[in-house]
Amino acid sequence: MSIDRRSIALHVGLITVLFVGCFALNDYHQGNVARILVLATYAIGYNVMFGYTGLLSLGHAMFFAAGLYGLGMAMHYGGLPAIPAFVVGLICAAVLSALVAVLALRTIGVAFMIVTLMFAQSVFLAILYFGDWTRGDEGFVIAQSTRQVLGLDLTDPVTRYLAALALFSAALLITARMMHVRFGRVLIAVRENEERTRMLGYDVFRHKFLAVVISGTISGAAGAGYGLLFGYVGATFASVQYSIFPLLWVLLGGAGTTIGPLVGTIFMFYLIDYSSALTNAYMLIAGVVLVLLTLFARAGIMGEIRKRWAPWLP
Amino acid sequence: MAAMTLLETKGLTKVYGGLSANEDVDFVLPAGQVHALIGPNGAGKSTFVGMVSGRIPATAGEVWFDGQDITHVPAHKRMKMGMAYTFQITAIYARLSLFENIALALGSRDNRAAKAALERVGLADRADQIAGDLSYGHQRLLEIAMGVAQAPRLLILDEPTQGLAESEIEGFNTLIRSLAGETTILLIEHNMNVVMALAEEITVLDNGRFLARGTPDDIRNNKQVQDAYLGSG
Repeated sequence: MSIDRRSIALHVGLITVLFVGCFALNDYHQGNVARILVLATYAIGYNVMFGYTGLLSLGHAMFFAAGLYGLGMAMHYGGLPAIPAFVVGLICAAVLSALVAVLALRTIGVAFMIVTLMFAQSVFLAILYFGDWTRGDEGFVIAQSTRQVLGLDLTDPVTRYLAALALFSAALLITARMMHVRFGRVLIAVRENEERTRMLGYDVFRHKFLAVVISGTISGAAGAGYGLLFGYVGATFASVQYSIFPLLWVLLGGAGTTIGPLVGTIFMFYLIDYSSALTNAYMLIAGVVLVLLTLFARAGIMGEIRKRWAPWLP
Repeated sequence: MAAMTLLETKGLTKVYGGLSANEDVDFVLPAGQVHALIGPNGAGKSTFVGMVSGRIPATAGEVWFDGQDITHVPAHKRMKMGMAYTFQITAIYARLSLFENIALALGSRDNRAAKAALERVGLADRADQIAGDLSYGHQRLLEIAMGVAQAPRLLILDEPTQGLAESEIEGFNTLIRSLAGETTILLIEHNMNVVMALAEEITVLDNGRFLARGTPDDIRNNKQVQDAYLGSG
């Protein structure tokens, strides 16, 4: 099989397995995986910037929150139906990421990390400051009756799972395709050697800018999807913790691999889930596992698999 | 034959905090020529080609390429206009395969074109290897292959043979000769055997200033150049 065919088989196969999972899993895991799929979409967005372009952001929660609040406010106050509200969420994330890109890309390395962190903190504090509308930490609930798309009730567990899968699949296939064409190859080239890439005639700034906007918009789509499917909008999702999560998921699953973000999100979710059933000190177990992984599988789970057995993995 | 001018600099100057790395350099490069730029360490050769390629902004002066003033054109656009640049310190994509390296230089993922480009430096059978695993000499050759693969009108080579074995230098000379005529080449080089074998004309820089220009024979017999650079032995 050619690499293209293998890559298509991998992605289509994964989506098929997840589809079957909807009916094979019990209620508990079905609910978990629906949530994981939305969070993995967030991780896919993060991976575009961090894994493929080599830009480490510590402020991605602002993009997730832009999607979440964009959709939430549009539905809660604007009375918009789900789909237009989702589009509002996407636009909010795209505009915010374009703005952040123009300003933050003037810096590199550690300064870039700090600038993204500061922007995200500003967004977080702005959400708290405008608590009269955003309801701050407490958040607000999107009425169950409004969470309908084309006559489908998104609060029904099966529909919700399939909607989450559709969102995840779209993000997965878009990034897989993107990394296959020249644009994606140039992103990798920027990550590997920026100066060389410039001197091959590629507009490095333009590629970085688009990477940030695509990354931020996919993250915003995940945020909007989260609000729509789980019905809650709150400031926690804009906190620094939610900027660190996608970094962890992507590192664990394998930065710069298309399915790594999902693998990392599943791994971390169930690691915390199972260890919290064992002990109150579950973060200790999670911490030890994270340390072990970074010691012995530096490229993350899919990254190690690619290194050892499957160099073709996209 | 009045050859067309491909590259011209007028009063090109670079000042680093009071120190002039290049001072008032006027330079004309006719299309199709293989031209060597020589001079002792610190003469400002790399700074000069840095300003020509756009990596280093000029403090004063102008750069003209193919009849256009490109002094303020960013580096990546100059490359798109038909320049290619190979770094003095090897700059390849060490974690990517040779094929990926060449494909990025070609701007296409055409297998046959990539193989052909690698064949020019004798690396075609290593297309799937990771570039960082190559020996230093082979990495240099890959970088040169990337420059050639861009099919530039002006190829700037900054000390290309540094670290190459004698046999590899022979191959390099053959490669440059095969490009001569169609590609204009500006070559910074310390290995005088390579310079004498390849260059049609030589420009000597010293202390950031123009010192002399002429055919290899002129330069060899130039008293000033001997004092500044070649030594009298």
